[in-house]
Amino acid sequence: MLEIKNLHARVDEKEILKGINLTVKPGEIHAIMGPNGSGKSTLAGVLAGRATFDVTEGEVTFNGQSLLELAPEERAREGIFLAFQYPVEIPGVNNMYFLKAALNAIRKHREEPLLNSTEFTKLIREKAKLLELDASLLNRPVNEGFSGGEKKRNEILQMAVLNPYLAILDETDSGLDIDALQIVANGVNVLRSPERAVIVVTHYQRLLNYIVPDFVHVLAGGRIVKSGGKELALELEEKGYGWIEQETRATAGATA
Amino acid sequence: MSTPNSTIEEFAEKEYQYGFVTDIESEMIPKGLSEDVVRLISSKKGEPEWLLEWRLKAYRHWLTMTEPQWHNVHYTPINYQDIVYYAAPKPKKQINSLDEVDPELLKTFEKLGISLAEQQRLTGVAVDAVFDSVSVATTFRSQLAELGIIFGSFSDAVKEHPDLVQEYLGSVVPYSDNFFAALNSAVFSDGSFCYIPKGVRCPMELSTYFRINAKETGQFERTLLICDEDAYVSYLEGCTAPMRDENQLHAAVVELVAHKGAHLKYSTVQNWYPGDKEGKGGIYNFVTKRGKCLGDSSKISWTQVETGSAITWKYPSCLLIGDNSVGEFYSVALTNHRQQADTGTKMIHIGKNTSSTIVSKGISAGFGQNTYRGLVRINPGAEGARNYSQCDSLLLGDKCGAHTFPYIDVRNPSAQVEHEATTSKIGEDQIFYCNQRGLSNEDAVNIIVNGFCKEVFRVLPMEFAVEAQKLLGVSLEGSVG
Repeated sequence: MLEIKNLHARVDEKEILKGINLTVKPGEIHAIMGPNGSGKSTLAGVLAGRATFDVTEGEVTFNGQSLLELAPEERAREGIFLAFQYPVEIPGVNNMYFLKAALNAIRKHREEPLLNSTEFTKLIREKAKLLELDASLLNRPVNEGFSGGEKKRNEILQMAVLNPYLAILDETDSGLDIDALQIVANGVNVLRSPERAVIVVTHYQRLLNYIVPDFVHVLAGGRIVKSGGKELALELEEKGYGWIEQETRATAGATA
Repeated sequence: MSTPNSTIEEFAEKEYQYGFVTDIESEMIPKGLSEDVVRLISSKKGEPEWLLEWRLKAYRHWLTMTEPQWHNVHYTPINYQDIVYYAAPKPKKQINSLDEVDPELLKTFEKLGISLAEQQRLTGVAVDAVFDSVSVATTFRSQLAELGIIFGSFSDAVKEHPDLVQEYLGSVVPYSDNFFAALNSAVFSDGSFCYIPKGVRCPMELSTYFRINAKETGQFERTLLICDEDAYVSYLEGCTAPMRDENQLHAAVVELVAHKGAHLKYSTVQNWYPGDKEGKGGIYNFVTKRGKCLGDSSKISWTQVETGSAITWKYPSCLLIGDNSVGEFYSVALTNHRQQADTGTKMIHIGKNTSSTIVSKGISAGFGQNTYRGLVRINPGAEGARNYSQCDSLLLGDKCGAHTFPYIDVRNPSAQVEHEATTSKIGEDQIFYCNQRGLSNEDAVNIIVNGFCKEVFRVLPMEFAVEAQKLLGVSLEGSVG
């Protein structure tokens, strides 16, 4: 589904990603972990097409298409969803209206019939019920005055409605208390399917107690320095990121 | 990859879609202004002596005045001798039904989306269409007349209801009020007149549609609406003009009178030609609009969506004279490219327990400059007056400007006056967030701007609200910067 080859990206003049390689297949959940400043959020942003990141080298294919040539909205319509670390407020714009416009933009692109308000309301109620989310968020302006937890829950609800092939959760756990964390994790688990892949970007192992990944990758200094199964996350939790950095430095020294 | 900046710019490029010219023979008087011109206009309209005298007084007063300079708009000086003060589609004969209206004119209004045909009555809007200087058609006159409602052109009202016109003309905006009002009083050619009798709730929206067509003409219309005791009317005004390289002057006056318990709602969607991207051409819109809440518990609401004109200069205001009277002003003003707007309101609290609400939303894009200028005055006798003002500015790009000049003048200690103001910028983050949900840049800007204006659109009549949203979208195209 997603194939990242030798991806380099920079912000202003600073190179952040220095050759990322990653393959994600349908149905898989990949966790990207790493210390602060390792490039985790940059990777999420580059995949979604954020203009502040400049891709200097490498390629990314998504369902057979060259992803980097697509505008952000085209990527979204092709089925990439980014749950934001800091969801943006759009004052005065009703959440329901916003999500309906988004869903119909995606459906139009896929040549599926557009949903009218009744059909959309039905869909969104079903999804809210499925995720055990309070539907009252829907009648408020997009993220305006939402608590941190509400914003993240809203992201998960949007994800459920937009039904992406690839969902990228960018530090969705940051700033959440344990209850909110469980709601969010439950949402992701409910939405788990053989057609859908998920990339969970996180600093802490905590979230991975609830969303069990198939693969864990450690990002450090702009590269994936270690990959493994879910047990790698536990090891990181125990030992911190220090030992990986040491190990990497040692390897780098040996090959130099 | 397209950046939000370049998209905001692309977005503002869309052409003005009402810029066509109707090929119709019109009668124009020579350029220039003098007492003779004032007399000529008056005689062409077959006016009574008192009205000519009033015009002449206005003209003589105008000669003593100078153009205001305090506003925050800049334009090449207007040469008042280089304007044609009267143009009318020819032949102007007595029109008894729409069948007799020149088909070219009907086509023009069809093209503007204003159907004057009677079968369009389902829309439930009665229209008075003003083309250049004259009212060409008024629909539903007879149905309205059954309720005692008078609705039609100003010229007809002068002939048919001279007493009403004489009683109220200039009673809200005296000819000496300001430079542009004095000019209008001297040379106004037509406009709309409406009277709603006691206790009558007007069953349909009344609407005037103003169209400038002829070259080098000014448009000086005059609107007078009177709502008698406990009456209600909702009135809509729309306007467009062809694209021309030279600037054209529009100096209108609107006077509203609300008697005891009356409620008058006046909505405008102003879409005069704004000029091209470099600021060439466009309408100079210098308009005086004022309402008088004369009776107790009367209410006047102004709602305006200003997207057109090269220069907009207007301050729809309320004189809250009756006790417990209410004034409202809801405004969306958008300036794109080189457009400049200096607009706002005046709420003058005179009666006891009067209250007013001001909600102003200014949107600036391109090189547009948008100024809110408002006055809230609480007179010494206005015991228990309340005002709430909210002025929000939204900036698209970094070459435009937003300015706010709120004046508050409180002379009674019991007053409660609140003022809130915000300035925000459409952020790259907001646009990216929308993009990431599948929305194009254009849709993203539309959604964000419409959300910003929601409080104003909410109070617009239904069909106008939809129009206004579309209009904002069109006016903003190419403006993301």
